[in-house]
Amino acid sequence: MSPTGAILSRMAITLGVLLLVGPLLVWVERRLLGRFQRRLGPNRVGPFGLLQTVADAIKLFTKEDWVPPFADPVPYVLAPMILAITVLGAFAVVPFTDAGAIIDLDIGLLFFLAMSSVGVYSVMLAGVASNSKYALLGAMRAAAQMISYELAMALSLASVVLLAGSFNLRDIVSAQAGLPFVVLQPVAFLVFVVAGLAELKRAPFDLPEAENELVAGFHTEYSSMKFALFFLGEYLGMMLVAAIAATTFLGGGNGPWLPAPIWFAIKMALFIYLFIWARATLPRFRYDHLMSFGWKFLLPVALLNLMVTGAIVVARAAGS
Amino acid sequence: MRVQWNDSRLATIRGLARGAWIIFKMQFRRPVTIQYPEERAPVAPRNRGRIVLTRDPDGEERCVGCYLCAVVCPVDCIALQATEDEHGRRYPEWFQINFSRCIYCGFCEEACPTYAIQLTPDYEMGEYKRGHLVYEKEDLLIDGPGKRHEYSFYRHAGVTIDGKDKGEAIDEKTPVDIRDLLP
Repeated sequence: MSPTGAILSRMAITLGVLLLVGPLLVWVERRLLGRFQRRLGPNRVGPFGLLQTVADAIKLFTKEDWVPPFADPVPYVLAPMILAITVLGAFAVVPFTDAGAIIDLDIGLLFFLAMSSVGVYSVMLAGVASNSKYALLGAMRAAAQMISYELAMALSLASVVLLAGSFNLRDIVSAQAGLPFVVLQPVAFLVFVVAGLAELKRAPFDLPEAENELVAGFHTEYSSMKFALFFLGEYLGMMLVAAIAATTFLGGGNGPWLPAPIWFAIKMALFIYLFIWARATLPRFRYDHLMSFGWKFLLPVALLNLMVTGAIVVARAAGS
Repeated sequence: MRVQWNDSRLATIRGLARGAWIIFKMQFRRPVTIQYPEERAPVAPRNRGRIVLTRDPDGEERCVGCYLCAVVCPVDCIALQATEDEHGRRYPEWFQINFSRCIYCGFCEEACPTYAIQLTPDYEMGEYKRGHLVYEKEDLLIDGPGKRHEYSFYRHAGVTIDGKDKGEAIDEKTPVDIRDLLP
C-alpha cells in the first residue's frame, strides 16, 4: 500500500473506533457513577442501557439547530468545531500500535500540547460568542484554568522527554521497554494526572461548567448538534489525556502476551476509570483555591521535578 | 480558609484518600434503586394519597354536606353542594376535588365529622390533561366503609328515660365504650 493509503486507512480506523468508543464512554461513565453512588444508572434503552447514548444522540440530532439572536453567529458556530477538530487532531500522534501513530511526528508531544492549547480557543470563543453572563463567566474560568494547568502539564511531560531524549511518542514508548516512566517519575505522573483533569475541565476542576452556579458554563447557550460536539469533544478529550498518560507514563502498548493495541486500551481504561472515580469522590474546587493550587503548588512541584530530573540526567551522562 | 488548608494539608490528603476508598467500596454494594414500574416501594397503610368518599355499613353515603372539609382545605381544592333527600338526610348533590391543587395534607379527613372523606394509599394518579385531575363525585365515592368499618353517623343510643335505658328503643344501638378507642 502506498504511504498515503496507509495513512488514510489508519485515519479511518482511528476515527471510526474513537467515534464509536466516545458514546460508549458516556454510557460507561453514567453506569459507573451510578454504581459509585449505589444507583443503577441508565439501564432501560437496549441491553444494560447500552443504547442510551444512541437515544440521546437521536434526540440531539432532531433538535432545532439554533443560534440565539443575541449571539455572534460565526464564532458561535466555529467554537464546537474547533474543540472536536483539535481533540481528534491530537489523536494523530498517539501510537496505539507497534507500527506507531497515524503520523510519526518527531514533535508528537509538542503537537499534543499545541492542540490542547488551541482547544482553549474553542471554550473562549464559545463563551464570548454566546453573549450571556453564564457562558462568559464559564469561559473566563475555563481559559484561566486551562492556561494555568497547561504549564504544569507541559513541565511534567518535559521530565519524561528528558528521560526518553525525544519528543516522538513512539520513541518515548520504546524508551519504556524495561521500566515504565511512572516508576521513575512518580511526581511528574501525579502532576500530569491532576493537570490533565484540570485540562479536561472534569470534576473536581469542573468550575467552567459548574452547573449549580453557571447553569452549564461556556456551553449554556448551545443545543442540538453543536452541544453534542462539545459533549463528544469532552469525552474524546478524556480519552486523549488517558492515551497520552498511558503513552508517556505506563509504556503505551508495551506489555507481555497481549498485542499492543489491547495493552494500550487496558491502560487507557485504567485512566478513564480513575477520572470517573475522581469525579465520584471529589467536590469542586473554589476558584481561588484552584488558581493558588495550580500556580503555587503544582507548577513549583513540576518545575522542581524537572530540575532534579535534568540534574540526574546530566550527571549520569557525565559519569558514563 | 487558606490557613486551614495549609495547616491541615496532610489531614486533607488523608481525608481525600479515605473518601476515595469509601466511594471505591460502594461500587460493589447492592444498588438501592427501586425500578418503579416493575418494583414498588412499600406504602404505609395510613399513607395520604388519593381521596375517597366512603359509605357507612348500611351502604348509605356518609357525607352529610357540612362543608367542613372545603373550609379547612388550605388550597381550596374541595367544592361541593349539599342537598337533602326526602327523609331530610343531607348529602352532597355534587362533590369535586381538584387533585391538581390538592396537597394531600389530610386536613379534610381530620375535619370530617362523619369519617366520610378519607385518604388512601393510592398515589398513581398521573393524567395527560389537567382537567382529568378534577374528580367528580362518581370518581370519589367508593362502595365500602374505608377505615372505621363499623361507624355510622346516624347510629345513636338515645337517652335514659323512665323504663328505658340507653340503646333499648327501636333504632337505637348500645352506647359505644369511648374508652376502648384510647390507646
